[in-house]
Amino acid sequence: MADAVNNGVNVDALIAARDALTKAPEAAKFKWRAACEWKNGTHSHSTVEGFFGLGEEQRRKRTFKFDADHPEVFASEDVGATPVEYVLVGLASCLTAGIAAVAQHRKIQLRSVTATIEGDMDIQGILGIDSDVRNGFSGIKVKYKIDADAKREDIEALVAQSQKRSAVYDIVTNPTNVTVEVT
Amino acid sequence: MSRCLSDRSIDHVVLERGEIAHSWRTERWDSLRLLTPNWQSRLPGYGYSGDDPDGYRTVPEVIEFIVDYARAIAAPVHTHSTVVSVRRVEAGYLVRTDQGDWGCCALVIASGACNIADAPGCTDRVPRSIATLTAQQYRNPDQLAGGGVLVVGASASGTQIAHEIHRSGRPVTLAVGEHIRAPRMYRGKDLQWWMDAAGVLDERYDAVDDVGRARRVPSLQLAGTPDRSTLDLNALTDIGVTLVGRLAGITEDGKAQFAGSLRNMCALSDLKMGRLLDLIDAWVRDNGLDGSVAPPHRLPPTRVEASPPLGINLTGDIRTIIWATGYRPDYSWLDVPVLDRKGLIRHDGGVTDSPGLYLMGMQFLRRRKSALIDGAGADARDLSAHLDSYLAGEPCHVGAGAAR
Repeated sequence: MADAVNNGVNVDALIAARDALTKAPEAAKFKWRAACEWKNGTHSHSTVEGFFGLGEEQRRKRTFKFDADHPEVFASEDVGATPVEYVLVGLASCLTAGIAAVAQHRKIQLRSVTATIEGDMDIQGILGIDSDVRNGFSGIKVKYKIDADAKREDIEALVAQSQKRSAVYDIVTNPTNVTVEVT
Repeated sequence: MSRCLSDRSIDHVVLERGEIAHSWRTERWDSLRLLTPNWQSRLPGYGYSGDDPDGYRTVPEVIEFIVDYARAIAAPVHTHSTVVSVRRVEAGYLVRTDQGDWGCCALVIASGACNIADAPGCTDRVPRSIATLTAQQYRNPDQLAGGGVLVVGASASGTQIAHEIHRSGRPVTLAVGEHIRAPRMYRGKDLQWWMDAAGVLDERYDAVDDVGRARRVPSLQLAGTPDRSTLDLNALTDIGVTLVGRLAGITEDGKAQFAGSLRNMCALSDLKMGRLLDLIDAWVRDNGLDGSVAPPHRLPPTRVEASPPLGINLTGDIRTIIWATGYRPDYSWLDVPVLDRKGLIRHDGGVTDSPGLYLMGMQFLRRRKSALIDGAGADARDLSAHLDSYLAGEPCHVGAGAAR
């Protein structure tokens, strides 16, 4: 009998946190942050370190660094992924983390989870050629290959539930108010 | 509850703001039929004796049913008595109505889960040229101007209203959020018959993993029609209704925005329906009925077009918006501190933490069927027993009606 399902997710801790935050909803209000500095051309360097949550500033053990640029076909240096690729990375990694957590909660052992993600974009939008074409993706397709101790319907349910609870999925499928200021 | 209190010789009154079955008289659309078959409306000492046990009651028939039951059990109903406030007093509760005050030792709140039609936060952005109605205010398509209609919400109300409006010649766009698809008939019997037989409807609130979640699950996407057909999103697509994602917002210039999550909403619903049908199939097998009922079948997946629209210009295409986005109870008259931060009554299977104060008729109150007519009896039996022992242990000097 496969007793100890282990996907490396501490579901007990997550459920304890959920119970605690149900009683203290103020502590559930988080602020996520990144800082970005222009280097040269379309190259910028971003860092992610602190965030706010559980009622106080939270520090990490290290600072995460990201270089963003554009490929050479855009006459750029290509020293980093393009910003829209970071969006794809964000969506795929959010859904994948969700799959692991939901699988752990449902006692499904995962052996491998791989995803490919592709966003369609007509760059007539960003180049200002045709104002009827939007700047962003016209659609995003994610394809999962999952090897797990579960029936196909249960694996499909994992992927569906992960979308239902995903922050990045919500961010890309719903509008968000964005305020950009110069200080 | 009145019947169960009478059985226990507990002196009581039933307060009703209008006539008996008030909300059925005033808050339902014309073509609505009960979502459960006639045989399933079983109340203590009362059941269906007509010649159409598998039919679905029309609204006038539901009203007649409730009025007849009140008469059969000689329920002490005081009609046209609107409760204005309820507060705790030394030995019980003081109930103020527009017809005078009542003092009582115990109080059962049975005012229902559907007093106020909910609408999303963006209603104030709806352009003035567009008429809006809630499912509670909607009666029939003749109320509406000609032209396009946006129906927001795809549970039982939204799908039924979308169907009838589209068939009236007004093209409907249906905004689909979380919903639960269900076939009306399965393996030759009504889905409710299976859920009743397999014990799904009797599942207790203290036996499910997460009762908070079970209480928030949308109701089944069912319709009670004479031909017993399934009214799901595919049936609506077949007649030409346009499906879009959940209404995400309305921009300042009057454009409705829809979430890009329609495909997943439908996948979640299809999977959930599959699990319910699997459970029924397992029950059939375990009870050796495989040869005597129709074979299992599955409905085709919900069809979603490749790129459903993410927005529409309300001013161009839409003349009416119908909000079919659910309901919430109204406790504005309840002056007892039993509400949680979402404004719902905290309770343990209908027993609140204010002594002698009980709740009935809410989603999954004590059982999965608690919000159905068929669920009232079992819950009333349990709660009247609790109430009876509470009265026995608590000295109370305000008999019902005594302080009037």
